[in-house]
Amino acid sequence: MAKRIDVSGLNAYYGSFLAIEDISMTVEPRSVTAFIGPSGCGKSTFLRTLNRMHEVTPGGRVEGKVMLDEENLYGAGIDPVAVRREVGMVFQRPNPFPTMSVYDNVAAGLRLNGKHKKSELDDVVEKSLKGANLWNEVKDRLNKPGSGLSGGQQQRLCIARAIAVEPNVLLMDEPCSALDPISTLAIEDLIGELKEQFTIVIVTHNMQQAARVSDRTAFFNLAAVGQPGKLIELDDTERIFSNPSVQATEDYISGRFG
Amino acid sequence: MSHATLLPKPSSLRGATLPKWFSSAVAAGSVALGLGISSAAGLHSDIQWGLIAAVLFVVLSYGISAKVEGSRQAKDRTATSLVWVAFLLAVVPLASLIWETVERGVKVLDVYFLTHSMGVVADTEPGGGIYHAILGTLEQVGLAALISVPVGVLTAIYLVEYGRGRLAKAVTFFVDVMTGIPSIVAGLFILSLWVLILKMGPSGFAGSMALSILMIPIVVRSTEEMLKLVPNELREASLALGVPKWRTILKVVLPTSVGGITTGVMLAVARITGETAPVLLLVWVTNYINTNPFKDPQASLPMYIYLQYMNSAGSGAAYDRAWAAALTLIAFIMILNLVAQGIARWKAPKTGR
Repeated sequence: MAKRIDVSGLNAYYGSFLAIEDISMTVEPRSVTAFIGPSGCGKSTFLRTLNRMHEVTPGGRVEGKVMLDEENLYGAGIDPVAVRREVGMVFQRPNPFPTMSVYDNVAAGLRLNGKHKKSELDDVVEKSLKGANLWNEVKDRLNKPGSGLSGGQQQRLCIARAIAVEPNVLLMDEPCSALDPISTLAIEDLIGELKEQFTIVIVTHNMQQAARVSDRTAFFNLAAVGQPGKLIELDDTERIFSNPSVQATEDYISGRFG
Repeated sequence: MSHATLLPKPSSLRGATLPKWFSSAVAAGSVALGLGISSAAGLHSDIQWGLIAAVLFVVLSYGISAKVEGSRQAKDRTATSLVWVAFLLAVVPLASLIWETVERGVKVLDVYFLTHSMGVVADTEPGGGIYHAILGTLEQVGLAALISVPVGVLTAIYLVEYGRGRLAKAVTFFVDVMTGIPSIVAGLFILSLWVLILKMGPSGFAGSMALSILMIPIVVRSTEEMLKLVPNELREASLALGVPKWRTILKVVLPTSVGGITTGVMLAVARITGETAPVLLLVWVTNYINTNPFKDPQASLPMYIYLQYMNSAGSGAAYDRAWAAALTLIAFIMILNLVAQGIARWKAPKTGR
């Protein structure tokens, strides 16, 4: 299921503003790649270019190539809706659909894409909730509103919702920044399990988290405010945190940034 | 540093405070004074004593408080008392209107009145009812809603979810202009189009078209506001699941905001139910029951009230019927509002555990 992502020469704009410039990198399948870097350096923007969510923002446009195995996501005739089924996304703030129950939230992706068979949905919901380590906590309240769960549970519900449509890649935009340490630990453990099946890309401001969960780490930086963000280096996480090859990375990681 | 600065006197945080009952006491005192002054000066008006009391209340609160508590608290009390006075000024006419209508309306308001028409009853005689008018109003308003709700909601969806650039700006502008159209102008427009150009006769449907011109902008505006309240994160969450945009709007955005949209629609219905001008021009009126809104004149509550009142000279019966019909109209709108609140509460995004 997991697929490799190959990005080359990617620029992303907001209107006429160039937000990220000339990014090329490879994301390995069945691994966790973390993006770190200061605020405003374009990590989230870059993440959103990987499932064509960037263009949902008014004025957002992208140049360059993003290869998902053999297919260019920005090639002619590619349907962004189909892309997003292959490349799922979890957001910074837990955002379960407020009008739907726990069950409906997980089934939303399938149902909204036209699958309605009850037995099929039951299976997928149970499998996804188990996959998100949430089944035991919610199995007795599947019909209660999803927004009644705690923040950490809501975020795992969102992860369950994202993996229910069986994507190849899972993008996570600071998935733990709104959560307490215990919920964070639960999500981090989950990421470790999910990488057996999915290609995972995670944006984080927490460098310990990047060091804990990721196999490879990419450091992004920007020269100054108003300048485009750039990829400084991408390497094995261990190497990035022990012996990075670029001085700026070392400065950022050791807190001597800026 | 000296001791004095390290341990400031606790009294510096305290000041003289007026007791809690101060405001109510001043209010009661002002009312008494107002009554006293007006009777001493021989004023026979029902309102003058109240205005005197209101002015006294504001001035006394400020004066006493400034003497005892200091100027900051006095300003606070002035602002609070002004808010109270404004509130009462707004509520008194409303309460007296409802009181007046209920008092005069209940005389003939009964099941007979609600289920019979004026078909065989002369205006000067007692008896008769408003069944034909209720029926007409329900049909005209219902048809107007049937036209306006789809058009209005779809326009709002376009403006919030799709509209960019000039077309959206133009639509917003024209919706704003439509909000300000006087009802008589909407009536005249349909009159010239429907009756004078297309040569159609008066009917409930003609009135509905004019009413929907008044209703559409209200529905667009309120729906737009409700759709804007739906967090963008929900749209993105749905899009990121690979759900097409139209399905996202249909299954995520609309269900999240349906409570608010319904409230807006109900308020718009309440607003047009009392319109008289378009009905006068396009639907005319009849004393008989006409169930077909597409042919021949129909009665309606606003017209019924107007005509009964006009024909009430020398006859208490018509006068009482006018008030009873007015009470029915108010009750109808009030029920609509309650229903809207109920739906909004029922459909509101659930947060319970």
